[in-house]
Amino acid sequence: MFAAVFCLTLLGGALGLLLAVAAQRLKVNDDPLAAEIEALLPGSQCGQCGYPGCGAGAIAIAAGEAPVTLCPPGGRALAQRLASTLGIELDLSQVADGAPMVAVAREDICTGCTRCRKICPTDAILGAPRQLHAIIRDACTGCGRCVEVCPTESLALHPVAVTLETWYWPRPQLPI
Amino acid sequence: MRIVHVRGGVRLNGRKRRAERGRITSLPIPAYLNVPLKQHIGAPAEPVVRVGEHVLKGQLLGRPPGPMSAPVHAPTSGRVIAIGAAPAPHPSGLDTPTITVQSDGEEQWIELAPPIDPLALDAAAIEERIADAGVVGLGGAAFPAAVKLRLRTRHPIHTLIVNGAECEPYLTCDDRLMQERAEEIIDGVRIMLRALEQDRSGPSIRALIAIENNKGDALAALKKAASAHPGIATIAVPTRYPMGSEKHLIRAVTGKEVPARALAPEIGVLVHNVGTAFAIHRALRFGKPLISRIVTLSGGAVASPQNFEVLIGTPVSALLRAAGGLRQPPARLLMGGPMMGAMLPHAEVPIVKGTSGILALTSAEIAARPAAPCIRCGTCVAVCPCGLVPVEMVSQIRGGRLEGALRFGLLDCVGCGTCAYSCPSRIPLLQYLNFAKGELTARERTKHKAEEARRLAERRRLRLAQQAEARAATATARPRQQHRHPEGSEATGAPDRTTNPQVAA
Amino acid sequence: MKSKGARLILQPAPLLRSGLTTPAAMRDVVYALVPLVIGASWWFGLSALLVLLAATAGAVITEWIFSLGAARGQSLQDLSATLTGMLLGLTLPPGLPLWMAFVGGAASIGLGKLIWGGLGQNPFNPALVGRAFLLGAFPTAMTTWQAPSGPAGFLGIIPSNLALPLQQPTVDALSSATPLGLMKFQNQETPLPDLMLGHTAGCLGETSGLLILLGGVYLALRRSIDWRITVAVLFSASVFSGLLHLFDADNPQPIVALFSGGLLFGAIFMATDPVTSPVTPRGAWIFGIGIGVLAILIRTFGGYPEGIMYAILLMNATTPLIERVTQPRPFGRGRPTL
Repeated sequence: MFAAVFCLTLLGGALGLLLAVAAQRLKVNDDPLAAEIEALLPGSQCGQCGYPGCGAGAIAIAAGEAPVTLCPPGGRALAQRLASTLGIELDLSQVADGAPMVAVAREDICTGCTRCRKICPTDAILGAPRQLHAIIRDACTGCGRCVEVCPTESLALHPVAVTLETWYWPRPQLPI
Repeated sequence: MRIVHVRGGVRLNGRKRRAERGRITSLPIPAYLNVPLKQHIGAPAEPVVRVGEHVLKGQLLGRPPGPMSAPVHAPTSGRVIAIGAAPAPHPSGLDTPTITVQSDGEEQWIELAPPIDPLALDAAAIEERIADAGVVGLGGAAFPAAVKLRLRTRHPIHTLIVNGAECEPYLTCDDRLMQERAEEIIDGVRIMLRALEQDRSGPSIRALIAIENNKGDALAALKKAASAHPGIATIAVPTRYPMGSEKHLIRAVTGKEVPARALAPEIGVLVHNVGTAFAIHRALRFGKPLISRIVTLSGGAVASPQNFEVLIGTPVSALLRAAGGLRQPPARLLMGGPMMGAMLPHAEVPIVKGTSGILALTSAEIAARPAAPCIRCGTCVAVCPCGLVPVEMVSQIRGGRLEGALRFGLLDCVGCGTCAYSCPSRIPLLQYLNFAKGELTARERTKHKAEEARRLAERRRLRLAQQAEARAATATARPRQQHRHPEGSEATGAPDRTTNPQVAA
Repeated sequence: MKSKGARLILQPAPLLRSGLTTPAAMRDVVYALVPLVIGASWWFGLSALLVLLAATAGAVITEWIFSLGAARGQSLQDLSATLTGMLLGLTLPPGLPLWMAFVGGAASIGLGKLIWGGLGQNPFNPALVGRAFLLGAFPTAMTTWQAPSGPAGFLGIIPSNLALPLQQPTVDALSSATPLGLMKFQNQETPLPDLMLGHTAGCLGETSGLLILLGGVYLALRRSIDWRITVAVLFSASVFSGLLHLFDADNPQPIVALFSGGLLFGAIFMATDPVTSPVTPRGAWIFGIGIGVLAILIRTFGGYPEGIMYAILLMNATTPLIERVTQPRPFGRGRPTL
C-alpha cells in the first residue's frame, strides 16, 4: 500500500511539474494575435466593420467579439484566411460575398468638388478641383466612403467586371 | 527506339474515322473576318490600322507591345470596318478586342519579302521572322513560337520533339497535314533545327517526330520525307490519351520527367506541334504570316465532316455554312477536342490560331448523365497521368478547403480530364479542379490588392501626418500667413494634395 | 443553321464519358453473387433463400424510408442497398430467425451507411457492421450452425427460422459445427473437397470455395473489384498460416486455411468494397496484407474460430491513414510528404 501511495504521489508530482513548465514555456499572449489579424486586414481604415479602423477591428476579432466575416472589402477570401488563422470553422455559404466592388464616377454629373478625393483612404481618386475625377481601379477597395460624401451622386459602387482572364468555371451545383 | 511507359491515361474511342479521309479543302472567303488581338499566351497585340482603312492580305493589323506577345495580320484584303469588342471563342461568352475586316474578295497580297534560303540565316534572323509572322503554337496553347525557340539561349537543347500525337478524339487536322504536307513539315523542322544549332558545340540536336500509332499513313508519309535527313526521325507512340500533353510525350519519347512547375527546355527538350512546323516553313520560305490554319470540322451533327484550311478570323457559323451545314441542331458546340476543348455559347465567334477543330456533337455522343455519389472506387487515381489523387482533391474542394486541395497537388494537374472521363459516378471532377484553380487565383488577386491598399493607406497616413506637421510648423513661424497653400500645390493631383479647407468649395 | 444569338448549353470539358458506371459495377457484384445464392439454396434449402430475402428486405426498406426526405432523392436505383443486404444475408447462418436477419439488414444500412451520410461516406463495410451488430446482439443464434441438408431437404425449413420477433429460438437438435469450429475446438480437419464444394456447415455464402472463386474471377475480369486487395489478403493469409503451420503442425495447412471459414468470401466480396478500402494502389496492397495477417491472428490466437470480419473492420478503420502514407508520386516530383 505504501508503494502504491508513493508511486501515485510521485506520478502526480511529476505530471504537475510538467504542466507548470508547459504553461510557462508555451504561453500565448493575446497581443500577437491581434497584431497578426491586423496584418491580414486591408488596412484602409474604412470603418465599414463598425469599428474605428482596422486595428480596433482586429482587437475585436481577437477577443471573439466580432465575427471573421466583418470586413466587406476583404470579402470571402479574407474571412477564410482569418478563420484559418484563428483555427475556427467557417461556413462559406453564409458569407454574403457580393462580388468585389469598385467605385465608378459618372462623368456627366461630377462637379469636380474633390471631396471624394480627400476622403479616399487609399488615394485611389485622381483629379483636381473642378475637373473630372478618375478612379484607379486597382487601388480602389470598394469601401464606399466616397459614395457617401459625393454631393451629386455621381459616384456609385459597381461590381468588378469579369474578363476573359479572370473568368473561371463556377463550382458544380450538385445535390450530392 | 524504346518507348517508355507513361503512368495513367486511358484508351479513348478515337471517333476520327468520319473526318480523316477527305483531303484538306480551302474554304471560300467569308464576307467578314473577326481577328482578335489576343490569340496567344501573353499581352494582346496593339492595333496599327484605323477603321475605314483598306488592308491587303497579310498586312499587319496588330503589333506586339512586348516580347511576350505575337502580331496579328489581315487574313484577306478588304476594309477594316470595326475595331472593338466582339465575342471571343470562349465558354464565358465575353468579348475580346477584335479587328473586323470586310473582305473585298480580291485576295490581294501585300508585297512579300523576296524568298531567301532560311537555312543560310542565323538563329536570331530565323526567330525574328517567325515572330514577325505571328507564328504561335498551333497545338492549342498558342504559346508564341519564337519565344519558345529563344529559350535555347537559356537552356542547352539536345532534343526537338515534333508533336504529331493528336490524342484528342475527333480531331484529324494534324493527321491530314502530315499526310498531305510531309515535305513542308520536315522543312519547318529543319529550319527550327538550324536555329537551335546556332553557336552549339558538341553533338548535334536530334529531332523526333512523335505520332500516335493509330495514324499509319501520316507516320509513313513523314518517315519517307524525313529519310533524306539523318538528324530527323519519326517515332510511333502508343495511342493513349493524353499522349499529346507535352510533359507526357517527353516522358514517353525520352524517358525523362519534366520537373513539376518547370518548363521542358530546362531538361534540354523543346516541343513544337507539326502545325507550327508547317507555319514556320511558310513564314520562312515564302514570307507569309500565319493567317490560316487547318481545322477539323466533325461531330455527329455535322453533315459532312472534313478538314478545312480556314482563314484566321472566319466566323464558326461561316465554316459550318460552307461545309454544308448541320444535319441536326447540335447538343454542344465546341472548339478543340471533346476532352479539353472550349465550349462555345454560339457560332458567331471567330476561328483563331489555336483552333484545331470545331465539333458539333449530338446528345447521343456526349451521353450526359447526372452525377451520383462518389464510391471512392479509385479509378481516377489509377488513370491520372499526373500521379494525383483527384478524389481527395475534390473532396477537399467540396468541403471548401481549397488549401487542402493545393496540398494534394492541385497545381500539378494539367487539366486533361481523364479523371472526369473515367469516373463511374459521373462526377465533374475536372470542373471542381478548374473551379478551385480559378478561385485560388482570384483570392491571390484579392490578397494582392488588399496588400496594395494597405500600402497606399499607410502612405496616405504618413503624408497627412507630414502635412499636419508642416502646417503646424508654418503656423508657428508665420502666424499671419496660415491660410496660404503649402508648397507644391493643387493642379498636379494625387501625389501632392492639400488639406486646405478653402479648396473644397 | 442556328440563328445568331441562340445560346447552346455550356458544359465543362470533358464531354466524353467512359462506359463504366456505378450502378453497373454494383450490378456486376450482384451477378457474381448469383452462383453463391444457388449454391446456398442447394445445400441449405429454402431456409437460405428466406434468410437472404429477409436481410435484403431489411436493407432495402431502411434505405427507402430514409431517402424519402433526402436532398439527393431516392437512392435505391444505385443498387447499393440491395447489394449490402445480399452480402449480409450470405454471411448469416441458415437457421437464423428471419426477424433477426431483417434487423441485421436494417442495421447494415442504418448504422453502417446512412448515419455517416449515405453511400460513399461510411468508414466501415456496412454489411459487416450489420453482421457485427447481429453477433453482438444475438450471439447464440449467430453461432448455431446447421449441417447442409442437400437438395433432398430443399423444402424443409429450419424451425428456428420462424422464431417470432423478440423471441429466442429453441436450440436446434440438428445443429452442427463449422470447419473452423471443428478445428479450433475439436482439432478435427474437414476434407478439402467438401470445403471446395460447400458440403460443410457455415454461413450461407462462405461454404463453397469454388463458387466464390468463380465470382471473384468474373469481378476481376470486369474490373469491378480491385484485384490487388484480394490477392494481398489471400497471399498474406497463406504465408502467415504457412509459417504458423511450420511452427506447429496443429495449425491448418495454408490451403485448408484459405478455403475454410469466410476468408475467401471476405477477401473477394467484403474487403474489396471500394468505399471502405484505400484508393491508392500501394494502399490496397497494405490494406489486403493487414487483413490477411489479422484474420489468421484472430483465428489462431483469438477466442473466435473465424477472424475475417473483425480483420476487415479493423483495417477499414486504418484506411484514411493508409491513404495518407501511400499517396502516389506526382508527375515530375518526389514522393509527397503529407
